[in-house]
Amino acid sequence: MLLSTRDLTKAFPGTKALDAVDFDLKAGEVHALLGENGAGKSTLIKCLTGAYRRDSGDILFEGQPIFPQSTLEAQAIGIGTVYQEVNLLPNLTVAENLTLGHQPRRFGIIHPRAMRAQAEDMLAGYGLDIDVRRPLEYYSVAVQQIIAIARAVHLSGRVLILDEPTASLDAREVQMLFDVIRDLRKRGLGIIFISHFLDQVYDISDRLTILRNGRHIATHPAAELDRMQLITLMLGHELQHETATRHRPAVDPTDAIRFSGMGRRGRIAPFDLTVHKGEVIGMAGLLGSGRTESAEVLFGAVPGDSGTAEDTNGPVDLRNPRAAIAAGFAFAPEDRKTEGIIAELSVRENIILALQARRGWARPIPQAEQSRMANDYIKRLDIRTPDADKPVGLLSGGNQQKVILARWLAINPRFLILDEPTRGIDVGAHAEILRLIEDVVAQGMSILVISSELDELVAVSHRVIVVRDRQHVSQLTGEDVTTDTIVRAIAAPEAEPGSDSAATREVMA
Amino acid sequence: MSIRALPLYATIAIFLLAYLICYIQFPAMLSTRVIGNLLTDNAYLGIVAVGMTVVIVSGGIDLSVGSVIAFAGVFIAVILRDTGLHPLVVFAMLLLITTAFGAAMGGMIHLLAMPPFIVTLAGMFLARGAGYMLSIDSVPIADPFYQMMQRAYFVMPGRGRLTLLGMIMIAAVILGMIVLHRTRFGTNVYALGGDATAARLMGVAVGRTTVAVYAFSGFMAGLAGIVFSVYTSAGYPLATVGVELSAIAAVVIGGTLLTGGSGYMFGTLIGVLTMGLIQTYIVFDGSLSSWWTKIAIGALLLMFILLQKGLLRLRVSQ
Repeated sequence: MLLSTRDLTKAFPGTKALDAVDFDLKAGEVHALLGENGAGKSTLIKCLTGAYRRDSGDILFEGQPIFPQSTLEAQAIGIGTVYQEVNLLPNLTVAENLTLGHQPRRFGIIHPRAMRAQAEDMLAGYGLDIDVRRPLEYYSVAVQQIIAIARAVHLSGRVLILDEPTASLDAREVQMLFDVIRDLRKRGLGIIFISHFLDQVYDISDRLTILRNGRHIATHPAAELDRMQLITLMLGHELQHETATRHRPAVDPTDAIRFSGMGRRGRIAPFDLTVHKGEVIGMAGLLGSGRTESAEVLFGAVPGDSGTAEDTNGPVDLRNPRAAIAAGFAFAPEDRKTEGIIAELSVRENIILALQARRGWARPIPQAEQSRMANDYIKRLDIRTPDADKPVGLLSGGNQQKVILARWLAINPRFLILDEPTRGIDVGAHAEILRLIEDVVAQGMSILVISSELDELVAVSHRVIVVRDRQHVSQLTGEDVTTDTIVRAIAAPEAEPGSDSAATREVMA
Repeated sequence: MSIRALPLYATIAIFLLAYLICYIQFPAMLSTRVIGNLLTDNAYLGIVAVGMTVVIVSGGIDLSVGSVIAFAGVFIAVILRDTGLHPLVVFAMLLLITTAFGAAMGGMIHLLAMPPFIVTLAGMFLARGAGYMLSIDSVPIADPFYQMMQRAYFVMPGRGRLTLLGMIMIAAVILGMIVLHRTRFGTNVYALGGDATAARLMGVAVGRTTVAVYAFSGFMAGLAGIVFSVYTSAGYPLATVGVELSAIAAVVIGGTLLTGGSGYMFGTLIGVLTMGLIQTYIVFDGSLSSWWTKIAIGALLLMFILLQKGLLRLRVSQ
């Protein structure tokens, strides 16, 4: 075994993040680590890379016990890590990023030509044809990710841990990355791969290890475990089949918000949209197709330069988010870490935030009322937190997302926009959020869901709008709302053979 | 080449344009005499701006440097007056003190995780107070070695004088360029200013680098203090109030991003010379109030801040 853990245990106040976990990584394999948020994946990785100190148990590298105290020590032992983000420095050149800390010097002064040669040497075999003298930020995330891998492999060279490396890549880039990973596997590295995207997991992995609640549940060759079995192991119970029952809402055609000609130059072409009361509208499209841009225009976050909105009472003002909130709109943005939660504030404070903002600071919500509301939503949405006063930054991704949902539900909006509500959260929380959407819609709220996961869109939406190249290109209703039709609508113009499957993957990602 | 170099080009273009305007109005401004004076008169500012550039690229700020220059002047003057030490020995002592002072501030910033603004603000009061403790009045320096240094110059074609002070400044800029652009330390400074978390994960010794950054700035402030004391032949604890802000202005006009991680040492030199040029122009004109210098520098600063903002937006949209 290249790398093993035996009885690895790590506890945090209140939880046992790892409970006697055994894990084995062979040389020359890609080993996927799977589990819900909070299953212990990150904790395991952090123990392996020295970011956390374990409470008990052993970590064996080629049979020898190791005690890495920092990422650097782990790297020196042979364990390199590439994270989803924050790997390299965008303001330095590619060469500087690759050689940082071991730049070739002559008389104590960096030797630029030797540095460039060394960098090009490190990148050889990764299939990149780039100018290493350019700043890193000049290149796409995928290229940056490969450069980060090249650096990690160069510095450690035995074990490579990839923590959600594909989260911001499109399908072509994922394949580019996978080619690199396959090549490294051939060179005999042991690779630990963490991803939420089951397609990718099956695409690249040789073996799967499933963690749940800090315990090792199972390890299987990828070929011997089908998707249903895998999800069952991850959740610990049979996932109720999300039957796409197309319960048609009894919409009142007169009671609707009508947007016409909404758009903003350079971001999204003018579009019309009618949102009926109690309706879920899905929005599908590739990354960067104009989905988020549409939502931002509708909410006034980036106000449109054309178009109007009106409801039964007349025109609706959408100049800025404040006006939109006053009109009963709400928007849970895609990037919850930077645009959604306020990590230092407690769950309670995050939940009452929007309601308080609407009331104005002169009329604070009484403490007792705040607690009642927070506890109510914690129960209703099953937010897993020891108490309402825990900083929201300490919760897992899925629970943070529920807090944001609670925040907007608290102001009881009539039109709620959810941008990627299930991104980066585990399968269980995923299903809960979908169920929640159905609940609030039944009470008459209208929802616009933007999502890359077509299954999810198909499951909840009454109508799906397809966005492509910054235009709303088609609208699917009723029986037409299927994964297939959406993929076809997205891929429509370049219908060359072969591109279809790529588009599917892209959408699924 | 890179979008990050744009502010540098803008700085150089503005400097050349400004010089052209000056030249058209006052052809004498192109003489080597004016250029020589430009270097001499701004030597201490240029030197302190070299240290400030490193600090700002690292994502920090050093407000103590103006006070350190004043302290340096008083320290040198008092020691030379009261003891028989050779000025060079006194210089070495002083540089040791200011470098250690900077290192101590860097250590506090790192160990206590305090904002550089606050720590160096405290350093600013401390250094100023230390100067007062040595002397309340201006102390003249009448050392023969000082007179020798003041008279040391090359005569350039056109009878302009490249003084020792001017040469020290140029040497400081060259040293700064090597340190910032050609050493591992310099790359670490950019790394720190770009993203401290990523830098730490990539193995940059964040603490050591922070200490070294402020030590370097302290060293440069001490050197600027020596140059200033030669320039004025005196030490006065009330001198160089606000020089830290002029240095920051020069660095920003030189195209360095105030948020850190981006900038060029050469730009800082141009920034200092641009500010000196404006001053010279006002002297040449004779009818303008010297406050126009401040107004012009203010306008330039504003322009560069807007330029940075624009570039930032450009980068984000890429």
